[in-house]
Amino acid sequence: MSRALWLGGALSALVLVAAGLSFFWTPFDHSAMNIPDKLQTPGATHWFGTDHFGRDLFSMIMVGARTSIAVALVAVGIGIGLGVPLGLWAAARQGGWADEVIMRGNDLIFAFPSLVIAILITAIFGAGAVNAIIAIGIFNIPVFARVTRGGALPLWAREFILAARVSGKGAARISVEHILPNIANLLIVQATIQFSLGILAEAALSYVGLGAQPPTPSWGRMLADAQTLVSIAPHMALVPGVAIILTVLGLNLLGDGLRDALDPKLRVARA
Amino acid sequence: MLRYALKRLTSLLISLAIASLVIFAVIEVAPGDPASFMLGVNAQEDTLAALRAELGLDQSKVQRYLAWVSGMVQGDFGTSYQYRTPVSDMIAQRLWVSLPLALYALALSTLIAFPAGIYAASRRGKAGDVGVMGATQIGIAIPNFWFAMMLVLVFAINLRWFSAGGFAGWDKGVFAALKSLTLPAIALALPQAAILARVMRSSLLDIMGEDFMRTARAKGLTRAQALRRHGLRNALIPVLTILGLQFSFLLAGGIIIEQVFYLPGLGRLIFQSISARDLIVVESVTMLLVFAVIVVNFAVDLAYAAVDPRLRGRT
Amino acid sequence: MTLLRIDALNVQIGGTPILRDVSLSVSAGEVVAVTGESGSGKSMTALSVMQLLPDGAQATGSVTLDGHDLLQLDEPTLCTLRGNTVGMVFQEPMTALNPVMTIGAQVAETLRLHRPDLNADAQARAVLDRVELHDIPMARFPHELSGGQRQRVVIAIAIACGPKLLIADEPTTALDVTTQAQILALLKRLAAEDGMGLLMITHDLAVVAQMADRITVMRHGEVVEDGTTAPLLTNPAHDYTRALLAASTHRVVLPEASSDAPLLRVDSVVRDYALPRTRLFAPPRHHRAVDGVSFDIPRGGRIGLVGESGCGKSTLTRAILGLEPVQAGSITLDGTPVTDPGVRRKMQVVFQDPYGSFNPRHRVSRLITEPFHLLPEPPPDRADRIATALTDVGLSPGDADKYPHQFSGGQRQRLAIARALIIRPELVIFDEAVSALDVSVRAQILDLIAGLCKQYNLTYLFISHDLSVVRTITDRVLVMQAGKIVEDRPTETVFTAPTHPYTRTLIDAAPTLPQLEMTP
Repeated sequence: MSRALWLGGALSALVLVAAGLSFFWTPFDHSAMNIPDKLQTPGATHWFGTDHFGRDLFSMIMVGARTSIAVALVAVGIGIGLGVPLGLWAAARQGGWADEVIMRGNDLIFAFPSLVIAILITAIFGAGAVNAIIAIGIFNIPVFARVTRGGALPLWAREFILAARVSGKGAARISVEHILPNIANLLIVQATIQFSLGILAEAALSYVGLGAQPPTPSWGRMLADAQTLVSIAPHMALVPGVAIILTVLGLNLLGDGLRDALDPKLRVARA
Repeated sequence: MLRYALKRLTSLLISLAIASLVIFAVIEVAPGDPASFMLGVNAQEDTLAALRAELGLDQSKVQRYLAWVSGMVQGDFGTSYQYRTPVSDMIAQRLWVSLPLALYALALSTLIAFPAGIYAASRRGKAGDVGVMGATQIGIAIPNFWFAMMLVLVFAINLRWFSAGGFAGWDKGVFAALKSLTLPAIALALPQAAILARVMRSSLLDIMGEDFMRTARAKGLTRAQALRRHGLRNALIPVLTILGLQFSFLLAGGIIIEQVFYLPGLGRLIFQSISARDLIVVESVTMLLVFAVIVVNFAVDLAYAAVDPRLRGRT
Repeated sequence: MTLLRIDALNVQIGGTPILRDVSLSVSAGEVVAVTGESGSGKSMTALSVMQLLPDGAQATGSVTLDGHDLLQLDEPTLCTLRGNTVGMVFQEPMTALNPVMTIGAQVAETLRLHRPDLNADAQARAVLDRVELHDIPMARFPHELSGGQRQRVVIAIAIACGPKLLIADEPTTALDVTTQAQILALLKRLAAEDGMGLLMITHDLAVVAQMADRITVMRHGEVVEDGTTAPLLTNPAHDYTRALLAASTHRVVLPEASSDAPLLRVDSVVRDYALPRTRLFAPPRHHRAVDGVSFDIPRGGRIGLVGESGCGKSTLTRAILGLEPVQAGSITLDGTPVTDPGVRRKMQVVFQDPYGSFNPRHRVSRLITEPFHLLPEPPPDRADRIATALTDVGLSPGDADKYPHQFSGGQRQRLAIARALIIRPELVIFDEAVSALDVSVRAQILDLIAGLCKQYNLTYLFISHDLSVVRTITDRVLVMQAGKIVEDRPTETVFTAPTHPYTRTLIDAAPTLPQLEMTP
């Protein structure tokens, strides 16, 4: 196990545990306002301080982690659920019309500035977590389709795939039995990357008021609240910012670590 | 080369056509009638009808789509529902903020990333490499709008070197204008530079393992000479892709940074228009951004061919 | 006069010894071949002379080139020697050249570096002419040249500054046999004309016999034997050399062929590929990969198919396997078209690459039973069939639970044969099945195939670019050139009295070991 894997795994686990724990316990009620205690700096009572309504930032971060994880996770799910089958299909029909249509469609989605479209979708169909998930998820589809196709194409030229074809197996069966297990590493690594990008995108959307709506806490909106107060209460901006950075950093390190650990070339060298 | 360019151009036009259809369709299904939004809930039915006729909203969808597209081809983006001024004027004005910002950020990002990536690759596995790569890991994880807030806190509020927001305007001189774009450009550029530096490094490391690099060393070139003369140009091919993607991201990604710094760019225009249901502006700005992305991708394709002779002969 | 002297050279990478106590020498004008199987350390020896060992490698001993002890020199001094006093030619011409630089610029670069007094461009042209690329403009890019032409460019770079020593590391292994003959002749001519020492690394003893004045045989990073070519090849002192020679000239004994009714019938088959249009409205162009090919394979027949790369033999193979549509003609097995799913189970294939032909994530039992998929229902005696198949190919039934990476290259090829035979196909296709193997392993696999012929009366099509292998393992040969079969006759006749000029060219180009008087 590499250091990246350890550190990334630990950070990611920390965020997951905090999010899970928040269902049962938070130090304070995350939405309870307590004006006399407002804008307290981090201390013994309020570990991360309080915001301009006197709400406990530590509790808000814990509950906010839920939102970030849920949005990013479902968005990655959309990407994998639709992108991987499309990518497998395109690779199996390399050069055919299906491949052409799928890949051109991918290029087209890539041509849309993702953030603008996400803003457009949430603005037109209403701000909220579900629309944010859809807006982020749509742009995960071509990413996974491309990675899948890119990983599958060289496999289709390999002799063990030819051997499977000589054994009479069809394209669908070969894709599931031979291609998918051999590109699982790629997909796992890509999923962690997209997951971290999803967390960043969710934060951006809720920062401009288009993500999860109050009273659901979210890290992006905490930053939006902090903006006007940044000169008098910088901790309000620092706390959610560092939460985002550590989460994304953890996921990226996890992705890198997994890539090295799962690389079959390295594994063969060790075997 | 010409054939390659023509083929790319054809696919560019097709992409634009499909993109315009998609954007038009999304705006069409958007709930809310611009006319009643503009006149308020108490408007008379005949006033509404008159306004709809004036805005061209009573025509069929096909007619409106064709009118929109043919207008855009001639540089006429229609008239803003909200301000009753030509959209093209509004866009042109805002473009003078967003485009320089994107270019400024791209320049910063490249200037930081190329040396960092080359340095890390040449010190592979040593302390310098580990340091640069660690910094890029953090750079990638930083949300740019948060980084923008921190820059404001440090350089505008505490040190007072820059103003916290707003745009000086080009009429105040190039220096003043660039100065007011500096913090936003840094905020945009640093996370992008982190990505670019990583791509540069891994691309160079891949190239270093190639057979032709060994040939170059066997000629008597030093490691550094081989890298400079044979490695860089080959390593540039994947880097170009990322550069192209980044430019479009910077142009559109400015949207949120413009919010942080109160810059009168395209991003703020989109936000304001969405909240005012000024859909013709939303439609046109989105189309413009898509156009920019597609054109940049086209330019990247041409740049590929310039760098890689293997593409030139291909159709 | 001794030009290069390697003395007691030891190389370690990360503590693992790669070379042990290697000594050899090359004189001016002399051709010395270093030979051995994979892992013998022969390429590492060449890289030690260039001082281009992989990062982390530590060398001790001495490598003296033209009076310089290379192990003691600093990097800047080494750079003035590389490309100038010593040039190197690599195995893979397709990747050895910078793809984004013209060939002229790549040759001229060496000259600019070491000979600033010369007009680099004019000299580069002269060097390209010397390697017989008169017709190729300097402004060409590598991808516009054939493999043989690229290797000439690599040679031009290596000899541009008139080095005293030329190192060639498997310079013809990636090339076709006729191209190989030309490149070998070129290297020999250049060495003779310039009085260069030539250090040639090759696994191919026939090439060694043809080229070298002296031979050094290596195994596991050590020199086992060296000496003058003729005596060493006719009367080797070391057992390993003797074994290597025996394996290189290995002949198998095939049982009498039972020539029966045709099993596979290929009739006037045509396979066209659409080429990209040159102009938007030009009529579509085609490349005819297989051009009206007809032949039969009788039951129990052992047919060889030879030809150089691009001749269409791979396309034909895939068409026979029913993996590729044909535009005209028919391919039938027992009268049924091969595209019919019922026919699939009567054919199996063994591929070239022992590493690429298995899904690395599956166990042997699953891998070799994949063809059971072709049967209407899995056989009831699955475990017995696996055990039999593994035993038949010289492995043990206990290997069924292992993963492919636990086997050596030769053992994997045995697994591939087990997989092909497990459903008792009527026709087996060996597609370059022994081409990636070392000679000693290759000899074992050929014996295995011959043995299986006796046991199961196999019918097979054996595709190879290696004429010596085809000669021993088949009883009829098809020679393919540019999509057509130009010769189809009994093997021995083809080799002793070829009728088609192309066949003669192929046979003449293939280097052969002299008939040796082996002393036991």
